[in-house]
Amino acid sequence: MKSKDRNYFKILRAGINTTYQDLGRNNLYHIGIPFSGAMDKRNFQLLNSLLQNDYNSPVIEFAYQGPHLKYFGKDIFFCISGNVSFKIITKEGVIDGNSYQCYLLKNGDEVDIHSTNKSVYGYFSINGTFGVDYYWGSCSINTQAQIGPNNGNKFSKDLEIEIIDINNSFNKRKLDYLGSTIENIRVIKGTNYDYFSESSQNKFFKESFKITKLSDRMGMRLEGPKIENIVDPNIKSEGLVKGVIQITSAGDPIIMLSDHGTIGGYPKIATVISADYDRLVQLTPGSNIKFKDVSLEDAETLYKLYQMETNNIISQIK
Amino acid sequence: MIKNILNLGDAALYCDFGSDVNQEINSNVIKYFYHIKKLNLKGITNLTPSYNKLIISYDLNIHSFLSLKKKIENIEIKENNKLEKNLIEIPVCCDNNFALDIKRVENKLKLKSEIILEKFFSKNYFCYMTGFVAGMPFLGDLEKDMRLKRLETPRVKVPKGSVGITEQFCNIYTFETPGGWNILGNTPQNIFDTSNQSSPNLVNPGDTIKFYRITLDQYNEIKR
Repeated sequence: MKSKDRNYFKILRAGINTTYQDLGRNNLYHIGIPFSGAMDKRNFQLLNSLLQNDYNSPVIEFAYQGPHLKYFGKDIFFCISGNVSFKIITKEGVIDGNSYQCYLLKNGDEVDIHSTNKSVYGYFSINGTFGVDYYWGSCSINTQAQIGPNNGNKFSKDLEIEIIDINNSFNKRKLDYLGSTIENIRVIKGTNYDYFSESSQNKFFKESFKITKLSDRMGMRLEGPKIENIVDPNIKSEGLVKGVIQITSAGDPIIMLSDHGTIGGYPKIATVISADYDRLVQLTPGSNIKFKDVSLEDAETLYKLYQMETNNIISQIK
Repeated sequence: MIKNILNLGDAALYCDFGSDVNQEINSNVIKYFYHIKKLNLKGITNLTPSYNKLIISYDLNIHSFLSLKKKIENIEIKENNKLEKNLIEIPVCCDNNFALDIKRVENKLKLKSEIILEKFFSKNYFCYMTGFVAGMPFLGDLEKDMRLKRLETPRVKVPKGSVGITEQFCNIYTFETPGGWNILGNTPQNIFDTSNQSSPNLVNPGDTIKFYRITLDQYNEIKR
């Protein structure tokens, strides 16, 4: 491609854990590769809907602080989802942007994504397609296993983000959406629930746990009342799924998130229901959470309701 | 052959094949794994075989627990279904720079290092499962007098290629990752190849592994 025809962003500041993500890769747990994919699937879906992109188009995910990007190329629109503060820097001046709203960028303009507010993950994309390589059907970057574009690494300063396609028939759209937060995390009791003393089982559901700083795309470590194991601190290693809450030998819960190790040997006390996963991952270190027990049937219904709610939000894009 | 099917959360079946770890139970798990994989059922998003469990993840938009459970329970697998088994030879160098825990293993097992390594290399090992990190094989079984616990404090970084033992098992660290196994050596061979997307794993469940010992010069030769 001739350089004058190129459309790309240059990264002036990479932000924290900035990566490409899509819906992730399936059917690879047996060789040790987790789903990966956007942590907050609802915000991923909203962003691609706002930008009229294909539902599984790659987006740029960041945590706490986003990248500072400078754009080179022909006119393009961008949009950000999540609870995010950012500035748009053009020749005319600097304006504060709003999430869920599309903005025009011209050659030389900049987007400076300062931070996510009271949340962890935010998403950035354009009315078009980033030039990414696919690994097992997905462009999601898994930094732990170094799988994905950019050699499986997170973004760094001076990296150039190619845009291979711009949708010229795009109409600017927006959405009035304030996000959704959650007070209790609903769980289904786990396969090793009876490994724990009755008083610890009660504590698990009655007391609150604090999210520690040892939390990333692989897992979320919690601290709170120690959960006492009365059977065996280990099980024979077996498969894990995202949302599983294991109790470590030290008696602390650890929740498996999208890039988790596929096999684990700690007992499973519970699993977070699918309907609450997007909101769980957005809780910041230092937040307190309480677990609430629901039945499998309720969890299945709650997931359907959550999906209906997402579709309802998408239908309000104008 | 599946004793019981429970739910793991709201989007996975937890198929229990028993509580023991042995090749007979594990072979049943692997048979089911390959059989269901071949069926290519719509809405199944992952299959995770382990020593004695098979976890089946599914898309909640397509299946509910009860409907998928019924489907899996109705699967019939002929006993004479032979597993496809490969014999894979893997070079290992036990130079002092690589055998990070040989002193600890000597002390715990009360055996001389040469005896330990001789025993280690004299056996073929069966691959029960792969995972935790991409491509890592869980192999067994070590002789009874070769079994010891994990390190009390896991290493923050185990070098890529490290070959370790714990209890009745051995494994190969396919990536640099935290870990607590007792490291006896290092293989120059790439066990997981991201660029080979059709079959990235050198070792798959059901395969047999034969480790053979190489010198530091041979190690460097293969690395080059």
